[in-house]
Amino acid sequence: MATQLMTELPPAIRLESVSRRYTMGESVIRAVNDVSLTVPSGEFLALLGSSGSGKSTLLNLIAGLDRPSSGAVIANGQDLSKMSSLELARYRRQTVGMVFQSFNLLPRMTLEENVELPLRLAEVDRSERAARVREALQRVGLEKRIGHRPSELSGGEQQRTAIARALVNRPKILLADEPTGNLDSTTGEVILTLLREIQNNPGMTIVMVTHERTLAERFADSLAVMGDGKLLSNGAAR
Amino acid sequence: MKLRDLSDLAFRNLREAVLRNSLTTLGVAVGVASLVAMLSLGVGLQQLATSRLAKSGLFDSIFVTPKTNLRGPGGGPPATRTPDAKARPLDADARAEISRMPNVVEVYPQIRFFTEVRYDGKPYATMVAGMPESSKASGAFDGMQGRFFSSPNADEAILQAEFAKELNLQTSSLIGKDLVLRYAERQSLGAPAGNSTGSSGGFSVVPKEKHFQIIGVVETEPASGFGGFGSGRLLIPLPIAETLRAAQVNDLRDILRDSSSDKPTYSSLTVRVRKPSMVEETEKKLKDLGFGVFSLLDVSKSLLTFFRVLDLLLLIFSSLALAVATLGIINTLVMAILERRREIGVLKALGAADGDVKQLFFVEAGVMGLVGGLLGVGFGWLIGRVLNFATEIYLHRQNLPGVQIFSVSWALVLFAMGFAIIVSLAAGLYPASRAARLDPVQALRYE
Repeated sequence: MATQLMTELPPAIRLESVSRRYTMGESVIRAVNDVSLTVPSGEFLALLGSSGSGKSTLLNLIAGLDRPSSGAVIANGQDLSKMSSLELARYRRQTVGMVFQSFNLLPRMTLEENVELPLRLAEVDRSERAARVREALQRVGLEKRIGHRPSELSGGEQQRTAIARALVNRPKILLADEPTGNLDSTTGEVILTLLREIQNNPGMTIVMVTHERTLAERFADSLAVMGDGKLLSNGAAR
Repeated sequence: MKLRDLSDLAFRNLREAVLRNSLTTLGVAVGVASLVAMLSLGVGLQQLATSRLAKSGLFDSIFVTPKTNLRGPGGGPPATRTPDAKARPLDADARAEISRMPNVVEVYPQIRFFTEVRYDGKPYATMVAGMPESSKASGAFDGMQGRFFSSPNADEAILQAEFAKELNLQTSSLIGKDLVLRYAERQSLGAPAGNSTGSSGGFSVVPKEKHFQIIGVVETEPASGFGGFGSGRLLIPLPIAETLRAAQVNDLRDILRDSSSDKPTYSSLTVRVRKPSMVEETEKKLKDLGFGVFSLLDVSKSLLTFFRVLDLLLLIFSSLALAVATLGIINTLVMAILERRREIGVLKALGAADGDVKQLFFVEAGVMGLVGGLLGVGFGWLIGRVLNFATEIYLHRQNLPGVQIFSVSWALVLFAMGFAIIVSLAAGLYPASRAARLDPVQALRYE
């Protein structure tokens, strides 16, 4: 039934012949080269590939942090390549949540303030914020560390805080760039279990960049493998 | 982002590099302090000059003469040289009429006459001047020995210091002593028999004496300057001087003129109006009444122009310090961009628009301007107070009355604050737009 529903829904992300080229002196680097890919709503996709294969660039294009040189990136029914910078900012606020390899928490802020940051940017009413922050931190099991600073937390806890921050604006798509890259294998598994729970419970589309194939096969629904900027394969994980 | 959240983040960022931001803010404060100190000095000097001159009665006074006068007072511009059909005598009726004019606060004649003073059995020739009650506030009597007249009708005299020294080198010992004034009183004669024209019969001059008590000695010459026919070295209350009916220079002219009136005429009247700005309008009305008029209106305008130029120069020079402080703000914010590059990337990844980042840096610059402005106004005010205090001490040691050379008005405070904030925001313009333009992908990669 769930699979039937999933197929009936429009895809969360659709990439149509997307390329991203950089010019360095006289040479042109094709970071992403003519990639077409569809990610159905509610799917957990793992983007695999070696270092420099273009997977992080592709993720940045889906996140609206970068613009394709050619092709179209359609997320949640909107063509990102046609959006103004203001519209892209709104898209990043409302439609996607991002998790990074190095957590990227602001060190001088407490957990509560870090998680509240996207709510400030989205101009959510102050009276609503505390409950939303607590709910997000509860979701990752860190509600008791609300007043702590990132430096007082372990790597896994910091990444869970980053996930809470990505979830607090209730996005439809969660983008994770090597979320287990800075963690030991046990903590990495905890984080991926958490992502899997999030995917199932609120029903979220997740695109995760990783180079750990074993973990990706265990937790993701489908795998897309990239090499030299090209999509080499795309299919179910198990 | 809402302003409250922006301000919250900006204050947090400023606290993070508290030493650097405090030093930058201090730079703004020094700039604003120099601005406030310089401008308050300009304003203070202007107020000092204008208040002294206003108190002297020079700029709110109009000198009125009958149009038949050959020359204006004190070598002033010539009045009408030929008799005018509209000319009318400057007598008691004219004085009463002028007194009733709007904005006129005081009308008094210039009474000066030669006299012989007898003191300690010796005669001294000198000029007597009648002083109106309002001259007490002119500042000319500040720091005098003794006191001003106890009432407008008191038989009291104030001596000009040079004249007092002729009487006794120890001028302070003169106070309380009596002197005798010998003067020529004008007494009207009846019309000669057979004169059918109704012309005045002229007047006789009768010697008279009057006793006065010396109550003060003044260093300045309150009766000299504009409107004076020469310095009065013995000053008595004007109403007393009027009752003496002492023969004056214009009495001779009255005889020669065909006057049908017995009333004494005045050689000139001084008309004081409420404000210097009312001089021009009143002058016009007096001319329409048929009198010759003269005032220092143009001099007053020139003085005002001088102070405007002085203020402008002080503003330009003091702005240099603020310009240096502006460079400090730019430097601090550019450093902040380098340090917070990754943070800007995170903010953009979380959905901050370019405008949000720009506003954040703007608010930080504005806060530095506001705090620097507040501190600067405080410092500037303090500098003014200290220099006022030092000036007062210096003048006190020179036996001179104290003056306020610095004046910090609310308008100046608001101007300095506004100027500091605007300049700071302008300084934040470049760093803010540079931060807003940062590529989030590059910024997130920055270590």
